[in-house]
Amino acid sequence: MMSLFLLYLSYFVAFFKIGLFGFGGGYAMLSLIQHEVVEAHQWISVADFTDIVAISQTTPGPIAFNTATYIGYTATTQLGYSAAQGVLGSAICTIAVSLPSIILMTIVSYFFSRFRNNRWVEAALDFLRPAVIGLIAAAALLLINGHNFIDYKSWIIFGVVLVASLRKVDPILLIVLAGVAGYFIYP
Amino acid sequence: MTIYIQLLLSFLKIGAFTFGGGYAMIPLIRKEVVDRKKWLAEGEFIDMLAIAQSAPGPISLNTAVFVGNRLKGIKGSLFAGLGIILPSFVIILLIALVFTEFKDNPGVERVFRGIRPAVVALIAAPVWNMAKSAGITWRVVWIPVVSTLAIWLGGLSPVYVVAAAIVAGLLCYAVKWKKYREHPPH
Repeated sequence: MMSLFLLYLSYFVAFFKIGLFGFGGGYAMLSLIQHEVVEAHQWISVADFTDIVAISQTTPGPIAFNTATYIGYTATTQLGYSAAQGVLGSAICTIAVSLPSIILMTIVSYFFSRFRNNRWVEAALDFLRPAVIGLIAAAALLLINGHNFIDYKSWIIFGVVLVASLRKVDPILLIVLAGVAGYFIYP
Repeated sequence: MTIYIQLLLSFLKIGAFTFGGGYAMIPLIRKEVVDRKKWLAEGEFIDMLAIAQSAPGPISLNTAVFVGNRLKGIKGSLFAGLGIILPSFVIILLIALVFTEFKDNPGVERVFRGIRPAVVALIAAPVWNMAKSAGITWRVVWIPVVSTLAIWLGGLSPVYVVAAAIVAGLLCYAVKWKKYREHPPH
């Protein structure tokens, strides 16, 4: 029982951190989530992580919530705990990743006039905006590995989707098509 | 219908129908919050959006918390926030319950072999456009490059990259401000 409590506590700390440092939207948060969940705590494998991102992109809601909810359930049950304990785990992860937003935006709403066009806020964002692009690039590069790219066909799918996405083809459609392609080209 | 239930329902709707996240959902939020419910004026919405985008966390949740607070304080923000969180929580939980059963099915595995490289491409694609729209010049291009390498090859936690970028930005501004005070331009 104690170890389950500790697991929940480490979920809370990890996802609170992800929420607090999650600047720059969903994709930038991915590198944070991956660092905590795959590398630091090893709650899920990198292939599982990619699958979660795929599921997140085809369901409504921010990627950060989706991954938090999914990991809370999957990691808990994979460790041998019950489904109910998994549901509680996913609630804890989801609340933890949301809390920093709730706290910070509450503060902002009370001091709204001071945050409007504040020079110090602008200064803090000066370096952060370009850094966030690095976070997204790192998230993509970390996922280019032997689990996700098994042969040359993987690279063909990657190239086609990259070009189509740059041409503003709907991402959900691209994921569905890639899934259909995978079903037929792999034995 | 009390204002709390209205907040909950409005943001439930936004939470349930916003695929793709982030920028795709802004028009939907604007329509609900500004046009339909008139909870924020147009100008206020634009300013709020700038802050919601700069603050950590998803834009949709940041907006919900802000609007809820403006209307009814903390309690309002909790109802609005719950509305945003609940749809994705329920949907993903159902998928997690089902998917763990089917994950090792060979057909499902084949589908995901096709999907995995596609996901990586979808994450990589916006990097170029974001770099353009963020106005990355040759002077600052080292910032994303160093961040990428530190996380990707150095295994550094992105937390440190974010913290370092904030501190560096503030320090630069403080130095400029000090110089400006010591040598004010005529």
